[in-house]
Amino acid sequence: MSLLQIKNLSVEFGSEKNPFRAVEGLDLSVDQGEIVGIVGESGSGKSVTMMAMMGLLEGQGRIVADELSFDGKNLLTISARERRKIVGKDIAMIFQDPMTSLNPSYTVGYQIMEVLKVHQGLRGAALKARALELMELVEIPAAKTRLEAYPHQLSGGMSQRVMIAVALACNPKLLIADEPTTALDVTIQAQIMDLLVNLQKERNMALLMITHDLAVIAEVAHRVAVMYAGQVAEEGTVPQLFRHPVHPYTQALLSSIPEHSKGARRLVTLPGIVPGQYDRPSGCLLSPRCPYVQERCRNERPGITAHEHGAVRCFYPLFEKKEAP
Amino acid sequence: MFFFILRRLGVLIPTFFGITLITFSLIRMIPGDPIEVMMGERSLDPVLHAAAMKRLGLDQPLYIQYFDYIGNLFQGNLGASLKTQQSVWSEFTTLFPATLELALCALVFATVCGLLAGVVAAIKRGSIFDHGVMGISLTGFSMPIFWWGLILIMLFSVQLGWTPVSGRLDLAFDVQPDTGFMLIDAWRAEMADPEYNAGAFKDAVMHLILPAIVLGTIPLAVIARMTRSSMLEVLREDYVRTARAKGLSPARVIFIHTLRNALIPVLTVIGLQVGTLMGGAVLTETIFSWPGIGKWLIDAIGRRDYPVVQNGILIVATLVILTNFIVDILYGIANPRIRHAK
Amino acid sequence: MTSISTAPTAAPVEDLAGGYPSPLKEFWQGFSHNKGAVAGLVFMTIVAVCALFAPWIAPYDPIEQFRDYFLTPPAWADGGSSRFLLGTDELGRDILSRLIHGARLSLLIGLVSVVMALVPGVVMGLLAAFFPKALGTLIMRLMDVMMALPSLLLAVAIMAILGPGLVNAMIAIAVVSLPAYVRLTRASAMTELNRDYVTASRVAGAGLLRLMFVTVLPNCMAPLIVHATMSFSSAILEIAALGFLGLGVQPPTPEWGTMLASARDYMDSAWWVVTLPGLTILVSVLSINLMGDGLRDALDPKMKRAA
Repeated sequence: MSLLQIKNLSVEFGSEKNPFRAVEGLDLSVDQGEIVGIVGESGSGKSVTMMAMMGLLEGQGRIVADELSFDGKNLLTISARERRKIVGKDIAMIFQDPMTSLNPSYTVGYQIMEVLKVHQGLRGAALKARALELMELVEIPAAKTRLEAYPHQLSGGMSQRVMIAVALACNPKLLIADEPTTALDVTIQAQIMDLLVNLQKERNMALLMITHDLAVIAEVAHRVAVMYAGQVAEEGTVPQLFRHPVHPYTQALLSSIPEHSKGARRLVTLPGIVPGQYDRPSGCLLSPRCPYVQERCRNERPGITAHEHGAVRCFYPLFEKKEAP
Repeated sequence: MFFFILRRLGVLIPTFFGITLITFSLIRMIPGDPIEVMMGERSLDPVLHAAAMKRLGLDQPLYIQYFDYIGNLFQGNLGASLKTQQSVWSEFTTLFPATLELALCALVFATVCGLLAGVVAAIKRGSIFDHGVMGISLTGFSMPIFWWGLILIMLFSVQLGWTPVSGRLDLAFDVQPDTGFMLIDAWRAEMADPEYNAGAFKDAVMHLILPAIVLGTIPLAVIARMTRSSMLEVLREDYVRTARAKGLSPARVIFIHTLRNALIPVLTVIGLQVGTLMGGAVLTETIFSWPGIGKWLIDAIGRRDYPVVQNGILIVATLVILTNFIVDILYGIANPRIRHAK
Repeated sequence: MTSISTAPTAAPVEDLAGGYPSPLKEFWQGFSHNKGAVAGLVFMTIVAVCALFAPWIAPYDPIEQFRDYFLTPPAWADGGSSRFLLGTDELGRDILSRLIHGARLSLLIGLVSVVMALVPGVVMGLLAAFFPKALGTLIMRLMDVMMALPSLLLAVAIMAILGPGLVNAMIAIAVVSLPAYVRLTRASAMTELNRDYVTASRVAGAGLLRLMFVTVLPNCMAPLIVHATMSFSSAILEIAALGFLGLGVQPPTPEWGTMLASARDYMDSAWWVVTLPGLTILVSVLSINLMGDGLRDALDPKMKRAA
């Protein structure tokens, strides 16, 4: 059984009458020790999915799903109190901007120890020792003095290491990293990514990596789900999906990375933008931008169908390799 | 932190001298002959007139008058009331505890209710409670408090007879003004003589309730509005999301992670209310015949007792800037980013 | 591209068929979105009309004393007379007429004191922004000192020197509200001064006066207008407070605060003498503050989102 199992998840915002579906019919599973990537443009519903799962939407969004379970526990029916015993302990999350994700009023040490106190009941010397151990685990130099530091005294890279220390404090089974390196300098990005992957291997935890950077996914992930406008467009194992993308959107995404379009004279881009709240087409959500669009695509929405190597949401998947016009 | 305090002091001292300049000019800006204004008919006698001029130092050049004024201030000589001949400072110290007691109670009332209302309104944003708090606080903010006092007296004292109309304590009790704080003095008197002074403490509380509510109304409205908007701002912060992602209880997220940061601007606003309270005390003490410095100043103005007006205002203004100075320091303690700024 | 945007909120950028909405229309849309602000505007319009046409609207002369009708209750209460809708005061004067004529004074004093504080405040604020070194520091220090004095206390002190009266009250209230205008103007002008359009204007050879009043000032107007509204309402409160303390407009002139000064003696016998003038002050001030909120929403989208 998978560690995290999501089936047919939808998240709606706005009024009952005129709802906006930020996530629609999303299926996703993550196994223990697996690295799964979720890729998509901004606004494609990647972060909302994770927030919904962790119960962080605070009643703003309506969540509907056939199944939403973690480690055998049904997250849909669980009480808020029970959920809080899982969130922060077995599922932990790190965010995009480490500089604003730490509370400016408390020391780094306080913010690490807080989780240990709440979830593991550690007190006194043991608490302090464990916090120090975590700081060293995420390779923060001069860890002992840094425990007393306030977030504004740390660099972005250091802050993200602290966030990782907070996340790993209770040995989570699943770590969700929401664009963990986007806000950092390029040189620091690689360091943080290496740290995350090493820690994942060491502890055999599952890692869910949300990003818009395909290169990162290609390097570290085992499986990947490509999201478009709140839906999974295509899902598959990393080598397979990167070599033979079958969804037109995935194909366009891949050919927009320089390394993947060797030989082509220029990078391919999709015209237009992700549809927003008020301009969703009635057919396939990609239909206004798709180079292979057919009449059926404009009128009907495709469902997701499994195939040999994964799943795809398209009436006319590109099983035989075609070149984009 | 040391440099932080030093820098604040660098602002405080020029401000103080600025205020002395204003209070110094006050008495000299009276149109016409100040002696005549102050002493009325008697000043027509030229001998008396010259003596008064000399006594007040008005026969000297202006800059010497100012240096004399400052010199006297630093020797603790704030002049004497024209009416009672008592020194202004001793009159002030006798009356100040009454105002302080009233202002503190008003501030506590405003802070407790304002913070609570603001926090709950922010958490239940858009609810009926939220709209109610916002509506009531805007009304409170628009309140002519002298009228508000009259209405409360009319309702609770005249119609219902629940609270006394004016003063600090019923004259029937035998209470010594040891501390000047009526709540403490009445309590001690009741302990000392439980027979004769039975109910003195309760009587002091009943006298205090309405004035404290009236004086606290505007600060309450300001604090509630500020708390709400500051909470809403902090609730959107990334670190609050982090706190929830840590699996912390809602109470912990609100009180440890949100309120602490939301309080920083609220603290400044509470500090600024000290000025509002001193201004409001003038009105509140007049309505409730509360023997404090607000009423003292108004009475002094009424009888043209200029030394009292001049130096009373100087003392009050100095108190206000000192309080704001302390609030600034507290602000630095509450906000590590400011404390560490070089 | 989609043909029709159904977004009910902000005007979509594509919708240029009829040209951009005029600033006035845009402003009205923002303002009328706020129901409280519209209610405030309606009430204040009524008050303003009453003030303008007081001699024709008011049933009686405000200082005329009806010797047979001391302390007559309002028309709907027991013992009330339909001759005096809101009753009469201790000297037999018609309260409704006094309130209507009082509106004149309150609005006049409010308006004049706002202008008397706004004009020098803006000039001093601009000067402080354009010459931040010596002159700016001097001005701001002076304002700090004035800010340190509680505003009502300062107003009371000024009245103590100048003596009670209408003009003196205006001066006192204007002086008290001056520092806020200076600070606000200086702060927004300082922000604008760093913008490229100011540099461009400077390079194009604009003189100091032009830079100050034509280039920079119009871009600082939004917060100033909002603040002027708010200080108009506090001016009405302050003039009433001064009147109540016996330092403002002197009786028998009908002024809302002054009307309350003697009302204290009639708390147990004539509630209307106490209640009505204060209620008028409260509702007027509340209306102006509601309008101020609406103005802020309509004029400054940034401030709206932050609130």
